[in-house]
Amino acid sequence: MAPERTRDIELRLLIEAIYLKYNYDFRDYSGASLKRRVRHALVQLECQSISALQEKILYDAGAFMQLLQYLTIPVSEMFRDPDYFLALRQQVMPVLHTYPSLKIWIAGCSTGEEVYSMAILLKEEGLLERSIIYATDINPVSLERAERGIFAQDNMRAYTENYQAAGGRQALSDYYTAAYDGVIFDKSLRANVTFADHSLATDTVFAETHLVSCRNVLIYFNKPLQDRAFGLFHESLCHRGFLGLGGKESIDFSSYARSFETLCRPERIFRKL
Amino acid sequence: MSQQAWRAALAAHPAAIEALVVGASAGGVNALLAIFAGLQPGFGVPIVVVLHLPSKHRSSLAEVLGRRLGLPAKEADSGEQLQPGMIYFAAPGYHLSVEADRSLSFSREEPVYYSRPAIDFLFESAADVYGPALAGFLLTGANQDGAAGLAAIKQQGGFTVVQDPNEAHVPTMPMAALALQQPDVIAGLVEIRALLAELEATRTC
Repeated sequence: MAPERTRDIELRLLIEAIYLKYNYDFRDYSGASLKRRVRHALVQLECQSISALQEKILYDAGAFMQLLQYLTIPVSEMFRDPDYFLALRQQVMPVLHTYPSLKIWIAGCSTGEEVYSMAILLKEEGLLERSIIYATDINPVSLERAERGIFAQDNMRAYTENYQAAGGRQALSDYYTAAYDGVIFDKSLRANVTFADHSLATDTVFAETHLVSCRNVLIYFNKPLQDRAFGLFHESLCHRGFLGLGGKESIDFSSYARSFETLCRPERIFRKL
Repeated sequence: MSQQAWRAALAAHPAAIEALVVGASAGGVNALLAIFAGLQPGFGVPIVVVLHLPSKHRSSLAEVLGRRLGLPAKEADSGEQLQPGMIYFAAPGYHLSVEADRSLSFSREEPVYYSRPAIDFLFESAADVYGPALAGFLLTGANQDGAAGLAAIKQQGGFTVVQDPNEAHVPTMPMAALALQQPDVIAGLVEIRALLAELEATRTC
């Protein structure tokens, strides 16, 4: 077998160093995307090689926090894939109505677009008051932004279209006020939201939940790590709890395929058996 | 390029081709129909295609093209293992990459040149995995996505083909590629079709 290429060795050592030093575990992330993001970070952090980057982040926690911003994918939008939110509204919310109190986990919430989308949906379905939303991510910078609830004005037209396609009952602008170059979402939406640092790779279950929404996170994981995440969701969900995934994600080929049934195939909503 | 010239270029390539990646944008559907028309079912390599399309709608591209060509074609699934004899199309809204174990992976990172899927993602990841055993075709298109990716294929020793910009429906994409590198072959669609049939038939793996 050919010897491993130098930059592949470097990448593996970098990922190991990050794990040993900062306990962020990227060891089971898909390689292609990770390589690309590290290559991008090399340019941005002005390092000649991955080894140089490794030295830098081992001795400088600030540099690591910068690197983390490139390694995580803070790309999100409100009511992304409106059909998903429409299916939640029509097929999941009526069932959630039967519970006196609700716990919802948004795993990998990034900068919070999905959190506010979910809160608006719950509010319009009369469920927000009785809900607790756990919004978790591994990136503290993203979590801070999520908590602030300020989004770029430029995106609001697209978000409004999504919101309407998702069966929105009002105007999206009812939920935010314009402030300088951004918009700030009504803070009552996040009154029952707990933003928390949580890793699907290294942490355990923290609450029993009725709905887990984890979209476009698992696509970055290899199969064993996907299985770990499904295990956490399975453990967290109550009997007959709901699991929502991204449009290209499925539980079908995981070890938990038989522990869930499909509620809506195209919208990727599953239900614990 | 003459038939003799591309035949020579293909014969001179030092490695057997184990996979083909194809990128196209504006005018791409017709270009793909043209170059795949010479393939027979059971062709010996996996073919992975990124075609830029508006991402709002679910795509039936694979189904439609597969039916018209009479060839196995499907929209790529996350984690799927590449198989010879199949044409895989990137799904709208996601970047598509090849992993070291020759499976496909998805990503929702930022669009590249307003495109997601981006040709560069596919080409660069496949170049990294296959090295000289990869062939990359870049066809008609209205932006410069794919140029850097095709250069990466070349840099890893792969076999690169650019559609002749004089013939391309929109020449921007082939011209961007030519600005970055001298590919192994510059040719029209009819010649690329013949080259693909030969490449697939003479594969020695």
